[in-house]
Amino acid sequence: MSITQNARLQPDNPAAVAPATGLTRTDFGNPAAWALAVILIIMPLIANGFFLIEIFGTTLILGVVALSLMFLAGYGGMVSLMQLTIAGLAGYMTAVLGASGNANISLGWPWWLATPMAIALATLFGTVGGALAVRTEGIYTIMITLAIASAFYYFTNQNWVIFNGHTGINSIVTPHFWGVDWRADIPFYYVILAVAVLCFGAVSYLVRTPFGLALQGVRDNPRRMAALGFNVNAHRVAAYAFASFVAALGGILQVWNYRQISPGSVGVERAIDILIIAVVGGITRPIGPFIGALIFVLLRTFTLDFLVAIGFDGNRFRLLIGLGFLVIVLFSPDGIVGLWERWRGRGEQGQTQPGGGRHG
Amino acid sequence: MTKLIERHPIWSLILLIAIAAALWLIFATWPPGLEEAFGRKKVFLSAVFNGITLGGLYFLVASGFTLIFGLMRNVNLAHGSLYLFGGYVGYAVSVATGSWILSFIAAFIIVALVGVAMQILVFRRIEGQDLRQTMVTIGLSIVFADLMLWAFGGDFYQIQTPHALVGPIELPFVTAVKSSGEAVYLQYPMVRLVILVASIVIGIAMWLALNRTRIGMIVRAGVDDRDILAAMGVRIQLVFVLVFALGAGLAGMAGVVGATFQSISPGEDIRFLLASLVVVIIGGMGSIPGAALGAVIVGLAEQLGSVYIPTYAIVVTFLIMVLVLAVRPQGLLAGR
Repeated sequence: MSITQNARLQPDNPAAVAPATGLTRTDFGNPAAWALAVILIIMPLIANGFFLIEIFGTTLILGVVALSLMFLAGYGGMVSLMQLTIAGLAGYMTAVLGASGNANISLGWPWWLATPMAIALATLFGTVGGALAVRTEGIYTIMITLAIASAFYYFTNQNWVIFNGHTGINSIVTPHFWGVDWRADIPFYYVILAVAVLCFGAVSYLVRTPFGLALQGVRDNPRRMAALGFNVNAHRVAAYAFASFVAALGGILQVWNYRQISPGSVGVERAIDILIIAVVGGITRPIGPFIGALIFVLLRTFTLDFLVAIGFDGNRFRLLIGLGFLVIVLFSPDGIVGLWERWRGRGEQGQTQPGGGRHG
Repeated sequence: MTKLIERHPIWSLILLIAIAAALWLIFATWPPGLEEAFGRKKVFLSAVFNGITLGGLYFLVASGFTLIFGLMRNVNLAHGSLYLFGGYVGYAVSVATGSWILSFIAAFIIVALVGVAMQILVFRRIEGQDLRQTMVTIGLSIVFADLMLWAFGGDFYQIQTPHALVGPIELPFVTAVKSSGEAVYLQYPMVRLVILVASIVIGIAMWLALNRTRIGMIVRAGVDDRDILAAMGVRIQLVFVLVFALGAGLAGMAGVVGATFQSISPGEDIRFLLASLVVVIIGGMGSIPGAALGAVIVGLAEQLGSVYIPTYAIVVTFLIMVLVLAVRPQGLLAGR
């Protein structure tokens, strides 16, 4: 038991780890939230094709995958490193069941059959993995899910029958119906945006339902919840099932985005990137992963030019990411969101509503 | 032992039969029918020996990992990086001096110093926060991996095996009988056997140190309850630093071993991190005998798997882990 309780980022202040609400009622009256929504909707007018998909589209996709981790870690207290693996499996299944350039592997199902099937398989995989991970507690979760993630990576590398070994599957066919090519930049951006908003809304809603509240209870004190008659493990496995579904959606978008998938896309480094995105953004609120993803994508895209411009070796992107992650973990465990909330909290000292304030 | 048989009579019987069957497979001359169904005995025996020697290497890596976790509750996900760093240090030293033994000593000392620095500079500051420590180790592993890529590039490095250990040795295991009635014995690389013996010796030494010395007593007490131990006046921080140094040093030494009988390159850090994770999940966190058992199981599963079901080899290892988690989540030989 003590392992779980110590496993959170801020063991000394459990009440402050994550507020019960993701999107609070007041956010609807928040001009910043409305401005963000408007900007996201009219983005195709502002940004050109490269920025639209490579920056904002990728950000939202990575944000969705990281959101599934944020849900598990922030509300369930379970840090799972296999969310990208679930997304990758969904992507692989889209490629294997649907149509692609590798005709000997792909079954050529139409997208409306292949996609739900891929999501279902990936969700099942994630749920079974979660059921395994909840056999042990706290810090062990990270080890078991990391083992699952790396085993899947090596498996895709070794296996030629389904996963086509290290070359992976290329030229994956994306949906094309109602006369619209849904992979064209602007329609695809709106598909991504719709999925991201849906997932964000679903997470924000779910954490206020009885299930979400019980899950947070399980995070804070599993023993007491068990004594109250809640089935602790069932709540955890259900949380994994939901998170797997979200991750699978992200995986489908990812494979449509790149139109190819290979073991490199499900590597351990990528899986850890998802953790970095969620932690840097902040795992206390659903908006955190999206902020983290934007920072990550911007860094990944522009670090090379930036480092070269100031006279360094442009290939040191991962070093920068690693150091940034270290700084965040060591100095602001609740990420950018936490930093911002503390900064805002300092400005409004004494004005915070009872119960609504956070103790930084 | 008798207690185990009394408590689980059926499992003990199955275990005994499995051991007997394995021994028969190793020592008997295979009848022709079996060779047809299963391939040649030489292949099987080589796979078994490769599995056990690989298990020795995994044990060296995983024992440090499990020791650090057992005492400090610190899941050191940078352990693979320490392994890889040890390999590079060993390579550099062996190229510079030409001495294999010296490369072991240098790798042990330098990587142990890195471990000491990690414990003093980073982990001491965030003691007792398991998840944060683990995240820090993830960050460190990314930084280390990129620094090593920077310094050594993406090439494969292999440490030269010393002349005395080059070449095969004949083992008293019959692989086949020629038509003339003459028995053919298994040929096996000498250096691998030396490494296996060395890791067994290290394992026994560690077990003795933990169970028969005063330091070991302190470490074991720390595993059980470090707060009380600190209250008894033991300088627990010093013990932490020593154990971290030992664990890291072992990983560094394992890196030299790995660089000698395989090779090292970027990516090996993750491979050995995975191996350590699976080994300690199977064997039981914090248990040295558990690490030994887990290492042999994983090594055998990997080698036999890659011989008999090449494209699904990793699945075998993984299924064993799943099975252990399902039946005995705390690991096979976990103390508590």
